[in-house]
Amino acid sequence: MKSFALPNNTSPASPVIIDADICNGCNKCVNICQVDLMIPVRKKGAAPIILYPEECWYCGCCVEICPETGAIKLNPPLIQRVRWKRKKTGEHFRV
Amino acid sequence: MDWKTSVKSNGIMEWPYPVRYHDEIELETDVLVLGGGIAGCFAAIAAAKAGSRVIVLEKGAALRSGSGGTGCDHWINTPHPDSSITAEEILDWEVKFSGGYCNGISRYIAARESYETLLELEAMGGKIRDTSDEFEGAAFRDEKSKFLFAYDYENRIHFRVWGSTFKPALYKACRELKVNIKDRLMVTALLTANGMAGERVIGAMALHTRTGAFYIIKAGAVINCLSRHQRNWAFSTELRGISSFRPPQIVGDGHAMAWRAGAEFTMMEKSVLTSFGSGNVLPPYSHGNCLNTWFPCSMIDAKGSEIPYQNRDNMIIPDPADRTRPAPGQKFLGERTTDYEYKRPELIGNLKEKIEQGEYTLPLYADLPGMSEMDRKAIWGLMVGEEGKTGIPVRDLYQIAGFDPEMDLLQSYMFLGSDPMRGSVRPQERTGGEIGDAGGLFVDWELKTNLEGFYAAGDALFAGNYFYHAATTGRYAGKNAARFAAKVNKFSPNREQIKKEKTRIYLPLGKKGRMEWKELNMAMCRIMQDYCSEYKNEELLNIGLAWFDDIEKNELSHVSVDNPHQLVRTLEVFNVLTCNRMILQASLARKASSKYLHFHRLDYPELDPEQWRKWIVLKNLDGTIEQSAKPLNFWQSLVDIYESHRS
Repeated sequence: MKSFALPNNTSPASPVIIDADICNGCNKCVNICQVDLMIPVRKKGAAPIILYPEECWYCGCCVEICPETGAIKLNPPLIQRVRWKRKKTGEHFRV
Repeated sequence: MDWKTSVKSNGIMEWPYPVRYHDEIELETDVLVLGGGIAGCFAAIAAAKAGSRVIVLEKGAALRSGSGGTGCDHWINTPHPDSSITAEEILDWEVKFSGGYCNGISRYIAARESYETLLELEAMGGKIRDTSDEFEGAAFRDEKSKFLFAYDYENRIHFRVWGSTFKPALYKACRELKVNIKDRLMVTALLTANGMAGERVIGAMALHTRTGAFYIIKAGAVINCLSRHQRNWAFSTELRGISSFRPPQIVGDGHAMAWRAGAEFTMMEKSVLTSFGSGNVLPPYSHGNCLNTWFPCSMIDAKGSEIPYQNRDNMIIPDPADRTRPAPGQKFLGERTTDYEYKRPELIGNLKEKIEQGEYTLPLYADLPGMSEMDRKAIWGLMVGEEGKTGIPVRDLYQIAGFDPEMDLLQSYMFLGSDPMRGSVRPQERTGGEIGDAGGLFVDWELKTNLEGFYAAGDALFAGNYFYHAATTGRYAGKNAARFAAKVNKFSPNREQIKKEKTRIYLPLGKKGRMEWKELNMAMCRIMQDYCSEYKNEELLNIGLAWFDDIEKNELSHVSVDNPHQLVRTLEVFNVLTCNRMILQASLARKASSKYLHFHRLDYPELDPEQWRKWIVLKNLDGTIEQSAKPLNFWQSLVDIYESHRS
């Protein structure tokens, strides 16, 4: 297996997850992002690159503007995941 | 695709946008609005309606930019024809709550014009009424107007609104009025007459955040709507997006450039413990709680026992309907206040002790299923759904993960060390003020600063407030700026001033730096924590200033950047440094402690001595700090002066 000389990821590494198969490469998410954390790629129709993941404010405006359902979703950092309990059964769940 | 995957398959990419450092683009307008958030859009619309040509400069994308860009859940402090509460009574509360350190001018303008501003927003397409009758019959609904209210269901001055519809409506209105919105431009400096600090403001300079090109914009009047300082005491290099309450690119660019141009500021010495801005707390309202967005949610413990609410006299109130009613003799419930006169019911004050004694068992939960259908829908569907940082990130995301508000108890992290409202952060992790009452530009009844042609609105003002205040003051400043711009001649920018600014902003290019902007911001926060935090004295504050002198001399010229995006981030940190200097200077100028300013000088420990109950106003003229003082109620007779300006 090939190894690469790369720096560590910032954390969180993936504030949004883009499904490249659904994404139509319109770059609306790139252009609405307030911190400009994504960049477009040259190839027409291809999903953008998440260049500055640690800058995400998690406002969700990229998800809101996306024309393709399921192409982009917010992925909150693990440190921010909360839990809930079903009142009747007492079962526990998490985000 | 994430960056690493891209690098592995394609190698390092070149910057995708054309790089045009140093290229100059010149623009000209009547009214120039700095910042396209709530205040900025309202200012632009008001100026355009008054007949001005308007340009808006926005660092992000104006369709959703600003602290309220993605939404807001309430429009507060708003007298209207069906409420008996007056604008004067609202101001009484705000002055009392802040010990007098309140912007009487802007808050009074807001209270007087907030309702008409809200109706104007509705006419643009913002949703402010329950037109689909989803809440028909609810205790917080006015059946005739279909308005929904929050917090105080009797006095009805705090509106529940569909804030996610607001920014697109404002954006559309700007477009229809031919406002020229320029996205992705970071304003870096003001242009002044003859290039002199303290002179008339005649435009601004800006940097394109993607191309690095340089913009020179000549204007008749300029309105600063660039919010306030942030990231002075608390900043996380990795969780940076969630270590600030406002969007992280709000750092006080407007404060810094106005300071360099000789504008007057006040209240910059104030700082409070940050309740939101820290990487280790949860985002506001993202977990079960009963505060603001979630008020008046029922809370239960791990065994299902309900935690009682108490009134302002610490008496338990068994009827949930009383959580949203004033106590006998109480005028109205404030949106957020510890002041007895306006205090809202809250969970019992000795809850911590009762948990320690075993009466209640951790963890606590928000009992949405136990609420009435209307209250549950108002909290989870409407308030959490419309608040800026909770619509998509909380309501939608949690529901996709399986959370059902009719069946599920969302865990509260109160008392588990990450309550975003009570702060598990360290005492030195501070902020200028997350909600209202932070330091900012000192203005008169026109919302004009001491510099001719230079106006301010929203959180750029000292002691600003929420969405309603940003909107109302933006609209008011826009009208006045348009009037000024219509009667003045435009100045030609001073070439020397432009040259100096270009040298300053392009400094990091080509440096083989030893550090990048994040390390610098982090280090500066540590300095502020050490020398200008909960403990202050002359010596500490002076060391703080010496530290920043030193950093300017030694580190600033070694910060490196690889592209225009990083250049913008670096310039933001330069602005954080300028704001830190303002805070230190203001802290040195106030030689007394103040409970209301959360300001404690070890060398002047007496709290709020009478002779120091005043505004300390500072300005910087080419490095010389000039200090003056104004009485706390310098605005004098609110009604008369407001009426004379309105006419």
